[in-house]
Amino acid sequence: MRQIDVSQVSRALAEMAVEANCYLGEDVCGAIARCRKEETWPSAKDTLEKLEKNIALAAERQMPLCQDTGMACVFMEVGQEVHFTGGSLEEAIHQGVREGYKNGFLRKSVVADPIRRGNTGDNTPAHIHYEIVPGDKVKIVFAPKGFGSENMSQIRMFPPAAGLQGVKDFILRTVEEAGANPCPPIVVGVGIGGTFDRAALMAKQALLEPLGTHHPDPYYRAVEEELLERINGLGIGPQGFGGRTTALGVRIKTFPTHIAGMPVAVNINCHVSRHKERIL
Amino acid sequence: MERKEGKMARRLKAPLKKEDIKDVRAGDPVLISGLIYTARDAAHKRLVEMLEKNQALPFPLEEAVIYYAGPTPAKPGQPIGSAGPTTSYRMDPYAPRLLDLGLSAMIGKGQRSDQVKEAIRRNGGVYLGAIGGAGALIAGTVKRAWIVAFEDLGPEAIRALEVEDFPATVVIDSQGNDLYEIGRKRYLDSLSL
Ligand code: SF4
Repeated sequence: MRQIDVSQVSRALAEMAVEANCYLGEDVCGAIARCRKEETWPSAKDTLEKLEKNIALAAERQMPLCQDTGMACVFMEVGQEVHFTGGSLEEAIHQGVREGYKNGFLRKSVVADPIRRGNTGDNTPAHIHYEIVPGDKVKIVFAPKGFGSENMSQIRMFPPAAGLQGVKDFILRTVEEAGANPCPPIVVGVGIGGTFDRAALMAKQALLEPLGTHHPDPYYRAVEEELLERINGLGIGPQGFGGRTTALGVRIKTFPTHIAGMPVAVNINCHVSRHKERIL
Repeated sequence: MERKEGKMARRLKAPLKKEDIKDVRAGDPVLISGLIYTARDAAHKRLVEMLEKNQALPFPLEEAVIYYAGPTPAKPGQPIGSAGPTTSYRMDPYAPRLLDLGLSAMIGKGQRSDQVKEAIRRNGGVYLGAIGGAGALIAGTVKRAWIVAFEDLGPEAIRALEVEDFPATVVIDSQGNDLYEIGRKRYLDSLSL
């Protein structure tokens, strides 16, 4: 048994909240730079240049890239040999988020009740997903999620007969309906299979994968590549003002499913595609 | 005037006179200087409730520019934190009423409803797009900021922003042209040339 004090988790999260919101990952920066070079439409190129300026300014001033510093999504991979000490792990996670959002001057974007609203004032609670894995390490992934893009996400329970064609059409339609709303260029996370909830979870987890990586199965890798090409043929462009660069990447995750079903979830992320990872 | 991608960015002064926007067209870059007000979901709900009760609004709507935004908190010594636009369609139910009462312009991002487009045309207003996700870049154009109303709403409070050369693009002009349709079409047409 390896003992880990929960205060370590709080501290890590408080730091990651600021890092994730002010410093964009190299994979995303690289993808934006590449798209800017390849973009042929002048106004689209101009917008992508501004996004790069924004990335540089945010890092220089340690200012959030975007004012929507998101709902705090925390993914915990906990080694089964780990024993947490010093209090409640769950409370320690919320505490880390609380500190990070307060000390880092991040926006508090969470309301206490979905219908009656009312800002909680400290961006908690975090949305936490736990997974127990072999080993004695703890992996924490922090992914603040903006709702301009979250709101454009969709899920649908397809009959198996809808097949690959049904899946592709649904993904393209979701992106097209989202249009300018999710701040294109976007990142598209797709979950296919499992149950209703599993599909949505996979779609979100797909957004945590570094851009440029692919589904291990060549069948799905080809679908990812085809969809990216077709999305960038829609003409929506950066900010929806027209152009090639509508998406930076498409990532699919899959899981076995029931004989009667084929759940498909599409989680949209914006160009401010934020996630930081740390191992304790 | 500043040269930008071959097109001169038109300088606009806020509060914004209708005559200053009657001939800007969808796709035109603009730079806004002057006083604008932030308001998003919860603030709009309250503004409309105040109108229903015949109460005076916390800022003059006549010729006003409303910026759909909820900035991050300012660090000490800075006027504002990250300050990009939020998605506009959530304000669609409220916007026509405000336009009918004299609002000149809305700044945000994303598609608007047909009702909003019609209200823009009817009133000679304009809908401007700011770059979503460029909050740090936009923050640099805000010189001063202060809370005007609804402080209890936190990030959703109404703030007055004094801006200088705030960059935006005309999305829906006073004739009802929509850049989200035109821009996409122009690009796609260019591919088949
Ligand atoms: S969709 Fe993303 S870039 Fe756009 S406002 Fe929301 S968090 Fe920011």
